[in-house]
Formats: sequence, C-alpha cells, structure tokens
Amino acid sequence: MGALDAVAWAAVMLSLRVAVVATIISLPFAVVVAWLLARKRFWGRGLLNGLVHLPLVLPPVVTGYLLLLAFGTQGPIGSVLRDAFGITLAFRWTGAVLAAAIMAFPLTVRAIRLGFEAVPPGLEDAASTLGASRVRVFATVTLPLIGPAVLAGAVLGFAKALGEFGATITFVAAIPGQTQTIPSAIYGLLQVPGEDGAVVSLVVISIVLAMTTLALAEWLSQRLTARLGA
Amino acid sequence: MIDIAVMRRLGDFTLDAAFAAPHGVTAIFGRSGSGKSSLINCIAGLMRPDAGHVRIGGMDLTQTPVHRRRIGYVFQDARLFPHLDVARNLSYGGTHDRDAVIEMLGLDDLLHRRPATLSGGEKSRVAIGRALMSNPQLLLMDEPLAALDADRKAEVLHYLERLCAATRVPVIYVSHAMSEVARLATTLVLMEAGRVTRFGPLDHILSDPAAVPLVGVRDAGAVLTGTVRGLNAADGLTEVALSAGRLVLPGRLGRHGDRIRLRIPAQDVILSLQAPQGLSALNVLTCHIAAIEVGHGPGVAVSLNSGSDRLLARITRRSAARMGLVVGQEVHAIIKATAVAAQDIGGAA
Repeated sequence: MGALDAVAWAAVMLSLRVAVVATIISLPFAVVVAWLLARKRFWGRGLLNGLVHLPLVLPPVVTGYLLLLAFGTQGPIGSVLRDAFGITLAFRWTGAVLAAAIMAFPLTVRAIRLGFEAVPPGLEDAASTLGASRVRVFATVTLPLIGPAVLAGAVLGFAKALGEFGATITFVAAIPGQTQTIPSAIYGLLQVPGEDGAVVSLVVISIVLAMTTLALAEWLSQRLTARLGA
Repeated sequence: MIDIAVMRRLGDFTLDAAFAAPHGVTAIFGRSGSGKSSLINCIAGLMRPDAGHVRIGGMDLTQTPVHRRRIGYVFQDARLFPHLDVARNLSYGGTHDRDAVIEMLGLDDLLHRRPATLSGGEKSRVAIGRALMSNPQLLLMDEPLAALDADRKAEVLHYLERLCAATRVPVIYVSHAMSEVARLATTLVLMEAGRVTRFGPLDHILSDPAAVPLVGVRDAGAVLTGTVRGLNAADGLTEVALSAGRLVLPGRLGRHGDRIRLRIPAQDVILSLQAPQGLSALNVLTCHIAAIEVGHGPGVAVSLNSGSDRLLARITRRSAARMGLVVGQEVHAIIKATAVAAQDIGGAA
C-alpha cells in the first residue's frame, strides 16, 4: 500500500467536511418534515411525501442533472443565489453539500418519522393537561423521546452523504482538491493504470470511516436509550 | 360547582351528556363503551365537543385550550414521562404543596427512580401526585385502578381515600367498579350509551329502588356510614354502630370511634316479617319499608329505613307477593356478616 498522496488525502478531508455539513444543515429540516408527515393531515401531504422520497427512487445522475438545471449559474434558483447573495453552488464543494444533503434526506426523514410514530400516544396530551404549551411539550417530551430516532436518521444520512457519487459528480464534477470526494476519487483512480495502491488506501479509509460511524452511533444510542429508562 | 353539557358525534356513537355536581368527589359510573372517557376528555379539552359547555366554579372553559384549563388528569395508564425520574415527573406541571403531596402518597422513596422501574401501583401514585402538584382546579381520574391487580388496587385505593378526604380540589372519578365508586364518591353520575341517565347524591341514588335498573342488578346496594364500636380479637369480628342498630363484620375495620363507609349489596339482604330466631346470620336490622319498585324482571327492589340509614334489598316478585309487603310495614333485614366484602368497606369521607 503506497503512501496516500495529497490529492487522495484532500478527497478524504473533503468527503468528511461535505458529509458533516450536509448532515448538520439538513437535520432540522428533516425533523420538521418528519413531524409534518407523521402528525399532520394537510393538503399537499402526499406531494411533500413524494418529493422527499424522489431522490431515493430517481437515478442519482438524474437528481444531479436536475440540481444542475435548478442551481446552475443560469438556472432559476442558481442565478438568484449568485446575483442576490453571490453564492455559487455548481462545481463548488458547497454544491457537493447540497447534493449529499438531498440524496440523504429521504433516509433521515424516514428514520425520524418512525421515531415520531413510536412516541407513546397520550404522553403529549398528559403534558398539556399539566399546563405545558405546545412548544414546551415538543421541547420537553417529544424531542427527548425521538432522540434515538434523530440520531439513527443522522447516522444514516451521514453514511449516505459520505458515499454519495452519482448526483455529486453530475452536479459538481470531480475537481481534485475542490469537489473530488472519496467515491469520485476512487472512480477516477480506477481509470488510470498503476494506481491500485491509492485505490486500496481509499477503500480501507472508507471502511474504517463507516465502522467508526456505526460504533459511535451504537454507543450514543445506548446512552440515549438508557436515559429513557427502557 | 361543576356544570357540564357536551354533545359530540363519534362515528355511530353520539355522546350527549349533561350533569351538574357540587365540589367533592363525583363518580361517573357506566359500562365500558358508555362514553365515560369521551365525556372527561371533553372536560379536559382533549376532545372538542360539537356543542355544549364546560363550566367549573363559575368559569366557562369551553373555548380554553387544554394547557390553560388547570384541570389535572390521571390517566388509566399513568402516562409518566419515561425520560424523567419520579421527582422531575412530579414537578413537570408545578410544585404546589410538594411536600404534603409526597407525604400523602408515600412517594418519598421513589423520587430518584425511573418510571420503567416502578410497579403499577407506584406509577398510579406518581401520576396522581403529578396531577395534584400542578395545582389543578379540578382533578379527573380515568379508571386509575383498572389496570392494577387486586393487591395494587387495594394499595392505591387506600391512598385515594386519603386524597379524597383531604383535598379541597373537586374530583371527577370515572369507573365501572361500584365498590370503588361507593368508597370514594359523594355524587354519582350514571351513564349509558353516551347519555347521563341519572345524577345526584350517591347515597340517594344507591338507596333508590327506582335506580336499580340504571345501576345494574348486581351492583345495586345502599351505602351506609357507621362508627366502629368494638373489635373482638378472639373471633376477628368488628362491631359497627349504625343510627338504629349494629352490624358485626369480619376483620379489623379500624380503631374504636372511626367512621367507616360500607356498601351492602341489595341481593345479599334477606327480609323477614318476624324477628328471626336461631339463625346463623348475626346481623338483623329492624326497618320500615320506604318504597317498593317492581321492574320488568322477576326481581323487586325494596328500600328500607332503619333509623336515618337507608338500605336496599332485592327479592323475587313472588316473595314480595307472598309476604304481602306494603310501604310503611315493619320488616327485619338479615345481612350475613361475610356478605359485606372487604373491598366494600372504607374510611368515611
């Protein structure tokens, strides 16, 4: 196994940064959407549900292409972002964050939604008879009880974001040191003869990252569950 | 004063219930499915009535959101917060009378426990304490004993009696068990198929022969209040003085001078025209017939005055005819000592 060169190392650091930022930014939205889908009956609920799950069933390349159409510098959202805020997403690492967040979103939402549905019925009613407002009920009863589900959703989303390939490479390409993540670096190295050492290194790093994430999640989940007294 | 009138359609079922009750303990009694829980959910604000009003102590709460009603609710399944220990469950809604509540319900040793480690009876006690500490203007209890086994039931009932006797908070207690209702309540509301069929003072309704079909033949029986007069350690019997006579009952029922409440099932009272002699039953009360109610079935309900106490007897129509019972007549009511079950005896409020 050869030493990891600077480009491959940059891919590892970028993948971690993209996955962490994507998970942190999308988590609050995922909680809100999961709450809407689990608890509320409103017009357009089916549409929202379909929209959230679309990246799960569409070919990732298609999702990436749609992102390019919408968020490209000429796209309807992308041009507004550039002109009004000076933000460009296409072919930037921030675009990789958006692609990873959107691809991971359905998985995160599903896990958190299951958490909402598993909150024992009536605990929130009990809290409101004790004088707690809706906001207080959510903060002091619902949120602590869905903690393990939020964690599970975040881990799932993080793992997905770490491994995202299709949408990312379509939306932001694989510019070494700028938008090249672990999967696109492995793919790129496989196209070049004699780079087997670097490929193996990246594969091993991928496996170690995945295992560490799982172990950390398991440990946190045990602590949270213990706090629930189950 | 509690003044409730609610109408709510729920699929095929219609809840259309109205009653008024003074402060004190009001029991809502009815079979499962009679709409008791829906009725108190409307009172708590957890269910919105299609029409009607909820007034407590002169305040109209019909439009008030749940968390501003100040109505405590003890659910059948306790609904303790699993992520908080007992102390934090108790203080979730406030810390009103904290020490007194903890003392009264015997919660001192439980404060640092998690709900998952509590027994069913302990959970019920914590749920009651939590509701009380939120300083409610009304306390609702939805069958708090239904999920408990017999021993836990007796344990919690003991605490409930203390609570009902001590608290100034009006209580609405939902139950389908007449023995609990008779021990705790002062006002009775009878429900059937979503409607209130009768409401009023508990002792009046339970000694009214006309109410027997509403209460149910098996559950009918008057409630008496007596004073413990003597305990006989040798044969394990307690003498209880009534307004005109005395009863001898099995077990130690309190200390000398204690006031106790007992329910005598109507079907366990035997009537005799002559003062009986040579009978194994120890309890014979001389009574006058106050009313005779002939129903549709083979039974006849007879209400009896014994001093200021009222008793209810259920005998067959044939016996009533053969004995020629008429209102005002003197008869002897025979009650077997063991007919009064331990669960039907409690401290008087």
